[in-house]
Amino acid sequence: MAASGNGVALSIRGLQKAFGGLVAVRDLSFDVPNGAITGLIGPNGSGKTTVLNLVTGELMPDRGSVLLDGQEIAGWPSFRICRARIARTFQIVRILPNMTVRENVMLGRMFGSEPADPARARREAAALIERVGLGGRAEMRGAQLTYIDQKRVELARALACRPRVLLLDEWLAGLNPTELQTGIGLIRRIRGEGIAIVMVEHVMEAIRALCDSVVVMNAGERIAVGTPDAVLSAAAVIGAYLGADDAAA
Amino acid sequence: MLEWAFRYRWLCGVSSLGAIALALLPFATSTYVVQLFISICANVALATAWAFFSGTTRYISLATAAFFGVGIYTLAIVHVHLPLPLALLAAAFAGFLVALVVGLSTLRLRGVYFVVFTFGLTELIHQLINWWAVKNRAVTRYIFTDISHIEVYIYETLLVIALLTVAASWYVSRTRLGYALRAIGEDETVARHTGIDTTSVKVFCFAASAAVMALVGAVTTLQQPYIDASIAFNNAWSFEVLIAALLGGPGRPWGPAVGAILLVLLKDQLAGSLYFGIALGLCFVVIVYLLPGGLAPLIERCHQGFDATAMLRVLRGAKLPDGSPWPRRLKLGLKAVIARLNAFWRL
Repeated sequence: MAASGNGVALSIRGLQKAFGGLVAVRDLSFDVPNGAITGLIGPNGSGKTTVLNLVTGELMPDRGSVLLDGQEIAGWPSFRICRARIARTFQIVRILPNMTVRENVMLGRMFGSEPADPARARREAAALIERVGLGGRAEMRGAQLTYIDQKRVELARALACRPRVLLLDEWLAGLNPTELQTGIGLIRRIRGEGIAIVMVEHVMEAIRALCDSVVVMNAGERIAVGTPDAVLSAAAVIGAYLGADDAAA
Repeated sequence: MLEWAFRYRWLCGVSSLGAIALALLPFATSTYVVQLFISICANVALATAWAFFSGTTRYISLATAAFFGVGIYTLAIVHVHLPLPLALLAAAFAGFLVALVVGLSTLRLRGVYFVVFTFGLTELIHQLINWWAVKNRAVTRYIFTDISHIEVYIYETLLVIALLTVAASWYVSRTRLGYALRAIGEDETVARHTGIDTTSVKVFCFAASAAVMALVGAVTTLQQPYIDASIAFNNAWSFEVLIAALLGGPGRPWGPAVGAILLVLLKDQLAGSLYFGIALGLCFVVIVYLLPGGLAPLIERCHQGFDATAMLRVLRGAKLPDGSPWPRRLKLGLKAVIARLNAFWRL
């Protein structure tokens, strides 16, 4: 892996989570290198979003550890994990509908890793809003935006938290081909700033274009890990997506 | 600070003059007017304190009467041992403490569960105090004060409390804490994931608003010769405060004050008749169907288009140029109301 030379940002070791009898994540381990993009893929229901929820403190792991720069953060409350520089977006977009775009982004700056006062957050939000392509829409309420623009607000808000690790949950889903290219460019530039990215994604084009390494999950377990090209042609991965019989044929 | 004061010199000037005029009011009017203004100040402080927490976070609390009553009882118990200002502070502190304990144990509840819980809490505290009073053979408690013109003392104290509550609520709405409260109301999960310590924010602000409620309860009760549990824990307080805040508009720091003033004046007009209850019910229906944001957004919309110089010119007889902002804005405001009315009829 080309970009893994400068150390590991986030390390997941033996992570396990069950809901009643259903084991959603089973003994999962992988590393997220600094300044690289790690893809987390797998069929629906394979436990990808659960992993993000475990990392960000939305859920408590039953077992295992999550290390950020070697420090154990499993079991921390979400707000503390955010302040420790892990920011996220949500699979089903979550913006604050009665706040303006600017206020949504200001929140990240005011409460994230380096809290700023409202006046300063207001000034600095402008650049982020511009960057995700929402210039001119800063004073619109969240609810007035299209789905795509709401996703942009989420990304700007996550970046405003000044993360070291950014978790994107299907951020590229539902974009048209032009928007997809813009989105891929945007994520690539974010990586260029040295932010480690974990992206849960189904869009294969984006995975091939962006990911330095890919972790494939099926039924809560890691079934493959490696570069996108190697992983996507592995028999086990094709089997997981298409069913074992089709893969064998 | 000075720069700010200069920028808003008109606002500062007018509001300080207004505050002085209000403070001098008891020396120029009848006891009746003073009593009316006592009621206004008490309700403004209560509604503003309620909206400070419940309006922003949307944790709708029906525990106003509980904290109000805790304030009253604390005062009734300690005022014979402590000087009056200290007794009032003790009442506020008692409200703060009770809310702190309640908040830590219940703010995990959301929506209707929280509403029902706060309602039940009021009843629980009411009955516990009843039980304790009966056991100690002290069902009623007497309030002794040696202040002459007690209504002036009460009025001036409540005026300060009301003005400070509105000012504090306005100030906080512009700080990080204010944004945190709004974010919690909009989406608590997002708030947590953007670094907001939601539990601390909620518990602290719930307790701060309860302290104001307890203080208002303690001050207003100085007028009573005696109190008992059903006077102190009257659920009507919870509902009237909620309706005042919703009528005025909990989304703006000054909204609840507007609602409280209107409601007190209405109550005064309908005093002693059955109509106040009906009017209160109608208010509620009007808010729900026609004014979901309260009066504040409507007032703001009219105010945005309000052009004082143009207005003066009109008063001097000048014709307004077409499309000048304020009548148009007013028209827009009315249009919005009519549209809502239409929607209501179709329903």
